Amino acid sequence: MSRRFALALFGPHARSSEPTAVALPAMLLLSYLWVPSDLPADDSYAQTISAVQPKMVKIYGAGGIRGLEAYQSGLIISDQGHVLTVWSYVLDTEDVVVVLNDGRRFQSQLIGADPRLGIAILRIELTETPYFTRQASAEPEPGDRILAFSNLYGVATGNEPASVLHGTIAARTQLAARRGAFKTTYKGPVFILDAMTNNPGAAGGALTDRQGNLIGLLGKELRNAENEIWLNYAIPIAVLANSIDDLIAGRTPSQAGNADRQKPAQALNPTLLGFVLIPDVLDKTPAFVDNVRKGSVAEKMQLQPDDLILFANERIASTCKQLVEELSFIDRIDPVTLTIQRGQNLIDITLQVP
Amino acid sequence: MIQAHCWTVNGRRRRAVRPRGASLLAVCLVIASSITAFATEIPPLVRNAEQERIRVIAKAKATAVCIFARGGHGGGSGVLISPDGFALTNYHVVKPAGNYMKCGMDDGKLYDAVLVGLDPTGDVALIKLLGRNDFPHAILTDSNRVCSGDWCFAVGNPFLLATDFHPTVTYGIVSGVHRYQPPAGTLLEYTDCIQTDASINPGNSGGPLFNAAGDLIGVNGRGSFEKRGRVNVGVGYAISSNQLRNFLGYLKSGRIVDHATLGATVATSDDGRVVVSNILDSSNAYRRGLRYGDEIVAFSGRPISSVNEFKNVLGIYPRGWNVSLKYRRDGQDFTIVVRLMGVHSRRELLSKIQGPTAEKPEPSPKKPKPNQPDAPKRQPRPAPQIPLPQPLPPEVTKLVQPREGYANYFFNQENQKRIWAATVQHGDFSKSKGQWLFSGVLTAGGNFQIALEDSRILAQFPSGPAVVDTTLDLDQQTDPEGSGGLLAALHLWRRLLTLGPDEFGEMFYLGTAPTPSQPGLFDVLVGTYNVVQETRFLFETTSGKLVGMEMALNDDIDRCDIMFSKFKAYKGLQIPHKIDVRHGNQQFATIEVSNFEIKTPTAKKP
Repeated sequence: MSRRFALALFGPHARSSEPTAVALPAMLLLSYLWVPSDLPADDSYAQTISAVQPKMVKIYGAGGIRGLEAYQSGLIISDQGHVLTVWSYVLDTEDVVVVLNDGRRFQSQLIGADPRLGIAILRIELTETPYFTRQASAEPEPGDRILAFSNLYGVATGNEPASVLHGTIAARTQLAARRGAFKTTYKGPVFILDAMTNNPGAAGGALTDRQGNLIGLLGKELRNAENEIWLNYAIPIAVLANSIDDLIAGRTPSQAGNADRQKPAQALNPTLLGFVLIPDVLDKTPAFVDNVRKGSVAEKMQLQPDDLILFANERIASTCKQLVEELSFIDRIDPVTLTIQRGQNLIDITLQVP
Repeated sequence: MIQAHCWTVNGRRRRAVRPRGASLLAVCLVIASSITAFATEIPPLVRNAEQERIRVIAKAKATAVCIFARGGHGGGSGVLISPDGFALTNYHVVKPAGNYMKCGMDDGKLYDAVLVGLDPTGDVALIKLLGRNDFPHAILTDSNRVCSGDWCFAVGNPFLLATDFHPTVTYGIVSGVHRYQPPAGTLLEYTDCIQTDASINPGNSGGPLFNAAGDLIGVNGRGSFEKRGRVNVGVGYAISSNQLRNFLGYLKSGRIVDHATLGATVATSDDGRVVVSNILDSSNAYRRGLRYGDEIVAFSGRPISSVNEFKNVLGIYPRGWNVSLKYRRDGQDFTIVVRLMGVHSRRELLSKIQGPTAEKPEPSPKKPKPNQPDAPKRQPRPAPQIPLPQPLPPEVTKLVQPREGYANYFFNQENQKRIWAATVQHGDFSKSKGQWLFSGVLTAGGNFQIALEDSRILAQFPSGPAVVDTTLDLDQQTDPEGSGGLLAALHLWRRLLTLGPDEFGEMFYLGTAPTPSQPGLFDVLVGTYNVVQETRFLFETTSGKLVGMEMALNDDIDRCDIMFSKFKAYKGLQIPHKIDVRHGNQQFATIEVSNFEIKTPTAKKP
């Protein structure tokens, strides 16, 4: 009774909280008899939040310069240590550390990414831990109450729990509807939120309903280029589900190992294709195109300087080393499809040496 | 027939639907039935809950204060915590205002207020509103019971919108508890604070954060902004009510109070333990046995597993408080009680705040510190131009007494008077300057005698005779051995009782503070006399009875802590018949007095 009262007082009036036909008369009667003078302490989201927090992680990696924070958020999505987060520069290092809610630290391994959705799956050596299930639930709608869990501003460190914001889903719309206004490769459906989720470090955080069920992934920082307004949004988990399943199951080629692969006698390389990568000076130098040779197949297919190569034949090749390695598995007579990021667009270009 | 029709309300054109002729009744019926249907869709439970929320907010809102600095620029928020007008706010709010400000309240009235106390390190200030003894006030509740996810609401003066003095209410949830936000330098450190997504904007600083029951859980003062500009981005921080409660007694003393340090720094070791990484050998912690490399297990009863947790505990205590510390060395745990040192020297603190008691405050706020949502740089609406008489109004002037080292010395003096007026109710010792003779037994065994005179103290203990010559420097006269200077302390006790605080020596009111051996808080007067480093006199807050002392003869020796009890009347004077003496947190003796008398003054030697 007190729980219901409190929900009515300050909080969530989602569809599911409406009284049933049977319960209503009893509630009406009781409400006339008892009007509490104040709120019991347990009438809050505290219980929901304490159940969600063990599924949240803090992620530390590359960055730390020029307003690029070296941290972001993530969430555990399996009992095998799979962590869902956004794919960003923070992961551009061998040394990506995942810190659990209880303070335990793990070196993580990037096992796959989907650049179109902007997500990545990390894995840590962890089992028997609470994790988000992705069971089908009613599609969230505008007006539904939400909670947003993230390590915004890096407020939490060590065993400190993630920050939690509350709000409602303001709209469900296509991010691409504002094409040009937002610099993002993701164009799909998003929840627009009235909670301030778009903060440094919040990307990769969890959007849940008020029962703590996962309904979305907090997106990367996004500001409207025209009016400089930051957009508070999350990508519906339903949109990500297939990709997550594929990444975890190893059904996408992106993270499959090289054990069974054989290198051809004469393989492809950037020079054959007619482009030069930027100097490989870091552990994970992003595979930016520095130069395109005139008259080459790369020029013919309109590869351009400053294009960022992400995938080669759908396998991750987002660093100079990875790209060269991937090309070394492709026979020079075979075509290769490069997925590149040019500005905010993802483009596939297929190159074949004549 | 229904026709669209326009009319104006207050000069604004509104579009509405106006029924005509026979259709009027039908429309009314439809509307009436709609209203009935709508009403039945809202369970009374919800409507009652809404009424309850309105009641809670109205009650809480009445305690909020909208602060406007002199000159009409700058300001912030505050919250009343007592019917006689004491209100909490931020240091960075009152800094530009100086020692006098105007405060608007939800009753639509504007009140004068004076500065009382400052805590620059914790970004807290105490002010006093004038003119009433029945101010609505908030109740400081236990912030350790606040959980992430609890509903809360902030009340205040965001963007200095409250030109009509009615504050703004914003609500949200608690986003995190026990947060640590590092200081700017050594000032404005937010430890153990509450994080909320209730909108905290420039001008909300110093205002209250309430729980859903309308009890005060914190004072808002900071947000994370960084590249988002200085408006709310869902990350505000409130100083916890528990920290405020610890400092409140100090702030009422009119002083500029300091925070505490252990005299040691801690760091996380490679294996994740929190260990002492540096320690001052002059610190009380060192004296109690803490050493480099020891693992901090618990601090003030809270388990410590990170440096932030350690800083969170440290930050909620004022300088000089005693806190328990559990450390581990070679697998063995040790628990000690540590007296915390000050973060700053007195000079350091004064120089850092650069004259907060200046008579003439700045006409407009300085450029705000990062993360501090105080008065906005660009105000969307002009702040009210309040005509301010120069000099201060007479009723305010008498409540303002600038003095170096104090936010407002007036309140220190008032407290000294208050305490002494209560103390003399337990006996006026001013005519009792003769020889005070105590005799009785020690609970550990053996008899004792002590004779207190102006010029000397003579005593006989089972361990042997003890003597103090009060005409010489007292700082090395530690008799009886192992007591830390019991006889010197009793001399100072007698001196205070017979001469009073005005003639004792230099004296100030510290505030309310705990003592290690007794529960509760005591009013504390701190005296300096002879070359004794410091003497604290502890008074019961309710009765004013002098019930204890803590005396440090010099830097190199632990204090002599004394608690007086079992008071019995002797010629109208309340005399303690039990004296507990501790030294270095060890029991030295418990003295049971069986006989006490005052002999006529001894003639002074030529």
